[in-house]
Amino acid sequence: MTRGPTWFNITSLVMGFSFLYLPIVLLVIYSFNKSRLVTVWGGFSTEWYVSLLHNDQLLDAAWVTLRVAFVSASVATVLGTAAALVLVRSGRFIGRSLFSGMIFAPLVMPEVILGLSLLLLFVAMDQSRGFWTVILAHTTFAMCYVAVVVQSRLVGFDKSIEEAAEDLGCPPVKTFFLITLPIILPGVVAGWMLAFTLSLDDLVVASFTTGPGATTLPMKIYSQVRLGVTPEINAVCTILVVLVTCAVIAASLVTRRQQVQKERDERTAFGAEG
Amino acid sequence: MDKPAPVKRTLGGWALIAVPYVWLLIFFLAPFLIVFKISLSQVAVAIPPYVPTFDLAGGWQAFVENLGDLSLENYLWLTEDDLYWKSYLSSVVIAGISTFLTLLIGYPIAYGMARSPQSLRPTLLMLVILPFWTSFLIRVYAWIGILKNEGLLNQLLMAIGIIDEPLVILNTNTAVYIGIVYSYLPFLVLPLYASLERLDGSLLEAAEDLGCPPWKAFWKITLPLSLPGVIAGCFLVFIPAVGEFVIPDLLGGSDTLMIGKTLWTEFFNNRDWPVSSAVAVILLIILVIPIVLFQNQQQKIAEKQA
Repeated sequence: MTRGPTWFNITSLVMGFSFLYLPIVLLVIYSFNKSRLVTVWGGFSTEWYVSLLHNDQLLDAAWVTLRVAFVSASVATVLGTAAALVLVRSGRFIGRSLFSGMIFAPLVMPEVILGLSLLLLFVAMDQSRGFWTVILAHTTFAMCYVAVVVQSRLVGFDKSIEEAAEDLGCPPVKTFFLITLPIILPGVVAGWMLAFTLSLDDLVVASFTTGPGATTLPMKIYSQVRLGVTPEINAVCTILVVLVTCAVIAASLVTRRQQVQKERDERTAFGAEG
Repeated sequence: MDKPAPVKRTLGGWALIAVPYVWLLIFFLAPFLIVFKISLSQVAVAIPPYVPTFDLAGGWQAFVENLGDLSLENYLWLTEDDLYWKSYLSSVVIAGISTFLTLLIGYPIAYGMARSPQSLRPTLLMLVILPFWTSFLIRVYAWIGILKNEGLLNQLLMAIGIIDEPLVILNTNTAVYIGIVYSYLPFLVLPLYASLERLDGSLLEAAEDLGCPPWKAFWKITLPLSLPGVIAGCFLVFIPAVGEFVIPDLLGGSDTLMIGKTLWTEFFNNRDWPVSSAVAVILLIILVIPIVLFQNQQQKIAEKQA
C-alpha cells in the first residue's frame, strides 16, 4: 500500500500504541512510589529497589532463572536451527509432516498441557525434578520458536552461493559454518533471544516441571502477586522490562546495521561487475 | 514451492534430521502418550499418585494385566460433574469473544501501520513486537493495579466525574477479556500487517477512479485480500487463549471458569493426576481441529511465498 495515512489511521495507531504501552509505563512509574499502597502516589522514592537487594529469596530465584534461560536458549538455538535447516532444505523424508507438525504445534499448544505432559514424562522416567528438568522443558518449546524464526530467514536465502562453495569442493559442514551460518546469523541471534526471554518469562511449564530448590523468578512473582500488588514487585518487573527492552533495541540496531552493510556490499559488488 | 525433491543424503544429513526429530519425539510426542495412559489410570494415595503404572520389567504378562486395569472412569467423571463441561464451554466462549475483540482493535492498528510512510514502518513494527518480548506475567500484573476497585482507572473516572462509585472490573470476565486482548494483540497485528503490507495499492486506486466509495473498496478489496492474515492472527489468539491459565487466575474472579485454571486446580490443589490428564486429553481433542486448520493455512501461505 502506498497511499498516505488518513486521520483515522493516525488515531488508531496512537490509541493502539497507548493501549499497548500505558500499563507498562504506569507499572514503571509506580515502582518509584514511596507509598506502600501501590495505587496511591506518595512521592518519589527508590526504596523498593534497595529493599530488593536484601531480598535473598528473590535474588536466588532470579539467578536460577537466568541460568535456566541461558542454558535452555543455547541448546534450543542449536536444535531449532537444525530443525529449520531440515524444514527448508532436507526435502522429502519419512515422517516429514509429523516433524513439521511437532515444530508448529507447541507454538499454539496451551502451556498447561505442555507442562503437565512433560511432568508426567519425567515422573515416568523416574527423573527427580528440579533445575535440569525445567531446562529440558524450556528447550523443547523454545526450539520450535527458534526453528520458525530461522526458517523465515532461510526461505529468502540465495542458495547459489552455497552451491558455488560446494562445487569448488568445500565440504558441507565447512560450507555451513563459512557461508550459511553468517548469512542466517541475524535469525539465529533473534531466535536465541526469543528463546531466552520465553524461558525467562515462563510460569506455567516451569511450575509443573520444577522441583525443590529450583524456584524460578516468575514462580516467585506469581506467588507474591496472588497475595496482592506491592511496589517491590513493580520494581522487579521494571528491572526486567528495562533489561529486555535494551536487549531488543540493541539487537535490532545491530541487525539493521548489518542489513545496510549488506546492501552496500551488494551494490559495490554489482557495480564492480557492470 | 514445488514438491520437495528427494535429496541424496550423507550421514551428516541424516544426523541433522535425526537429532531434532528424536528430541521432539521424546519430549513432545511421548509425553502426550503418557498423559493419555494416565488419564485411563486410577487415582491412588502414592507417589506418583496413580495406579497402575507400566512396569516394562514385568514382561509381556504384566503389561497385558496393566492394560486390563485401565479404565474410562475419569472420562465418565468428567461428564458427570458439570464443572468440567462448563469450563470447556466457557473457555471456548471467552476465547472466541476475546479473539473477536482483538480483531476489532488489532485491524485498525495493522491497517494504520501498513498505510504509514515506508520509513516509519520498521519503528512501528518494533513497537508492536516489543511488548511481546516483555514478560507475559508482568503485562498481566500491570492490569491489576489499573483495574482494581481503588485502581488507577477508577481513580481517573471518578476524578473527571464520569462515575461516582468505583466500577468492579477486576475479578470479572471483563478483566479477563481485557487481559487476553492486551496480551495477544501483537500475535494478531503481526500476521495481519504482513498481509496488508503486501496488498497492491493500485487496486484501491483503480476502485477509486471507477467511483467506488472508500468503505466499499475496503469491504470488497482490502478485507478479502487480507483474509489470510486475519485467519492466521485469529488462530494465534484463539488457540492459546482457550487453555490460558495466568489471565483468568490473576484477573478473573472465582466464577470465571476456564479449563486451564480447572486443570491447574485439579493438579496442584486436588493432586488428582488422572483426572487432570483426562482434562488435558479432552482439551487437546477440542484444539486439534483449529490446530490442524492453522497448520494447513500456514503451509499454504509458505507455499505461496516460495
